[in-house]
Amino acid sequence: MKSRTTASENLITAIVKGTGYSAVIFVVVIFIFLLSQGLPTLREVPLSNLFSTRWYPIEGYYGILPLLLGSLIVTLGATLIAVPVGISTAIYISEISPRWAREILKPLVEVLGGLPSVVLGFLGILILAPYIRQLLYISTGLAAITGSILLAAITIPTIVSVSEDALDAVPRSYRDAALALGATQWQTIWKVTLPAARSGVLTAIMLGVGRTIGETMVVMMVTGNAPVMPTSLSALFAPVRTMTATIAAEMGEVATGSTHYHVLFFIGIVLFFIALVINITASAVVFKSRKRSERILS
Amino acid sequence: MDKFVIEHLTVSYSDGTESLKDISLNIPPNAINVLFGPAGGGKSTLLRVLNRLNDLADVAFVSGRVLLDGIDILDPKTDVIALRRRIGMVFARPVVLPFTIRGNLTYGLELAGVRDKSRLTEAVERSLIQAALWDEVKDRLDEPAIALSGGQQQRLCLARSLALEPDVILLDEPTSGLDPISTGKVETSLQELKQIYTIVLVPHSVQQAARVADNAAFFLQGELVEFAPGKEIFTHPRDKRSEDYIVGRFG
Amino acid sequence: MITNSTPSSAKRNLIQRLGFGLITLIAMLTVFLILMVVGYIVVLGIPAISIEFLTGFPSDGMRAGGIFPAIVGTILLTLGTALFAVPLGISAAIYLSEYAPENRWTRMIRVAIINLAGIPSVVYGLFGLGLFVIFLRFGTSILAGSLTLAIMTLPVIITTTEEALQAVPQSFRTVSVSLGATRWQTIRRIVLPQSQPGILTGVILGLERAAGETAPILFTAAAFFLPRLPHSPLDSTMALPYHLFVISTQVPGMPIHIQYGTALVLLVFILGMNLIATVIRSRARARRQW
Repeated sequence: MKSRTTASENLITAIVKGTGYSAVIFVVVIFIFLLSQGLPTLREVPLSNLFSTRWYPIEGYYGILPLLLGSLIVTLGATLIAVPVGISTAIYISEISPRWAREILKPLVEVLGGLPSVVLGFLGILILAPYIRQLLYISTGLAAITGSILLAAITIPTIVSVSEDALDAVPRSYRDAALALGATQWQTIWKVTLPAARSGVLTAIMLGVGRTIGETMVVMMVTGNAPVMPTSLSALFAPVRTMTATIAAEMGEVATGSTHYHVLFFIGIVLFFIALVINITASAVVFKSRKRSERILS
Repeated sequence: MDKFVIEHLTVSYSDGTESLKDISLNIPPNAINVLFGPAGGGKSTLLRVLNRLNDLADVAFVSGRVLLDGIDILDPKTDVIALRRRIGMVFARPVVLPFTIRGNLTYGLELAGVRDKSRLTEAVERSLIQAALWDEVKDRLDEPAIALSGGQQQRLCLARSLALEPDVILLDEPTSGLDPISTGKVETSLQELKQIYTIVLVPHSVQQAARVADNAAFFLQGELVEFAPGKEIFTHPRDKRSEDYIVGRFG
Repeated sequence: MITNSTPSSAKRNLIQRLGFGLITLIAMLTVFLILMVVGYIVVLGIPAISIEFLTGFPSDGMRAGGIFPAIVGTILLTLGTALFAVPLGISAAIYLSEYAPENRWTRMIRVAIINLAGIPSVVYGLFGLGLFVIFLRFGTSILAGSLTLAIMTLPVIITTTEEALQAVPQSFRTVSVSLGATRWQTIRRIVLPQSQPGILTGVILGLERAAGETAPILFTAAAFFLPRLPHSPLDSTMALPYHLFVISTQVPGMPIHIQYGTALVLLVFILGMNLIATVIRSRARARRQW
């Protein structure tokens, strides 16, 4: 009996090791590339312009504040809707619903999570926007609120899945102890189970927010795309422009290497960092039983 | 000549625990050599040094020599793959590979590049006979191995290592999960196998050690306390600690 | 500590009943939402579906005819993504699961994967445009689009594959090594075959995501008015998500049923992949030999 040739084994080991670091290489390449195309902005556009409140590239106004705030307001609106709905649904699935209902609900939520955002944006234009316009007596249904509602629909599956796993992971003994002390199921959920699942639920929310900020198609299709500074809460009912929509909408029209081109990459850098911070924080929160893949997939 | 000559072997793990302290031991061939003692004594570690399976664990420090037929297997230049083929191992829980019964038995040979069908078939039959399993499974060699009972699975694991025609068989508490009848079958097989192979066994009880041992080594917290023929050590142990353990004053 | 703030148990039960009712209502709202979305698309889209729609080419400025090039384009982009992301992703996962020690270098890889997973899709599009389309001069092409989507899909494939590999019991590896296997022999003969369904499921779910994305292909691959099939990987192509986007936002007088029909085709494509993945997963669970 011969011993295995080590040459081919070594080759395979080398290849596998090399690909192991591919993720690192890609992140670095993306980061460097974004920097290389985006940092020239700082040379070409004075900071007073960059952080002004006017985004009108044709005339040289590159104020990104309206875009930042546009993203913020839409995300805020979406989170305000998605968090209560998502957590409630998770509580329902995990604590209240009967076994058979769970088998239907979980795949159903997965279906929502798998819907391409462009499909939701499409429905938003055709159905939701006109409805909102009628309902709220505003001039156009393409506004931040419409975007927020649809973004909430996109984010809810993420929050539901991750939260539901967090709630599921709370040991039975906690609930049993509370009930034995005379608490109702309702009280148990709010005072025992949910606090115990706190870190997982927080992770869910952060991942949801991360996804919302990065969403492009929905906001491009239904938020009206007007880079106006949101000055008060009523701006929720007016058109806004997010950072993501700006990139998507204007990238096709810029000349390579122009100032506009660089500023769009600069916005990309901003988005990269925001997403980075959110996702690293979310994943650093200790949550042992959650499968990493479901977190990334959701 | 002794099969294994162990000289001043010390093994410690990366978390600092010293698993084996300066062990020197000569293991004779064609005998059932038993390593017994309370948990944490280092018996399993020693077993895994013998086929260099400890390479997989978090071992920080190994010193000393372990000679197999006169050659140091701890030498970095050792062909570990060939070594492991010469030494078969049976673990405490029966681990059948997710293949058919036949597939389990030919796995080791296929790893070594053996493709000759007649040779593989011969090995399957021979090893099953040696493990006293042939009659029970000869008609279902192509069924999944997982369908066998616990005792049958463990005997399959024994057969699996025999298929490679090793020199040595290491067994780490092989009957700990088995019923008395299966245990008896395994012990009987070992008595026959020792005529061909060198056997090193970690028993799961002192009683088993006393039943099967030709030679026995008592390990306590990483130290080799005593090594003597089975007839002597279980009736007249020389060291008080061995006696205390054998009698059951601690366990 | 659980303290009773209300003395009467009737009141407590009322609160519970109201609370449960509210939660159930909200949960049902979510269900309703999902069913509405799918329902709308199915009901309003089916009238548009016909053999001509699925296999024909668009005409009259996209306002009539079929969406065949978009379907083909999405299939090609998905295959292209798979071509780059699957071998690379599986190999990287094998490294993480079977070779990598638990040290800070490995942690760095894991952090990088989390990063990649979190990058917004439009930033991928930006990167793809800058690097593949412009800098490497691939132009707006299936190649550029596939490469962009592949990097985006990589984290999903790596993570699900690694988990599938880790699910294979460690005892198998130990036994294999004790029988004289090299590390790669153990991987090739036991670990990979046993984790195959899990890997496949992960790959399909990852590709499903890639197929539905619009932003990464906006400027790297997609063309709107291209009523012929692509000739080569350096050709741009129509694609279902992009097509839906344009016909619902930028084509005046676009017949509604064609819009819904396109949405339905995209939906079926995506959900179909989801279904296949789910079936593979449950069948594998039943046939497991451990």
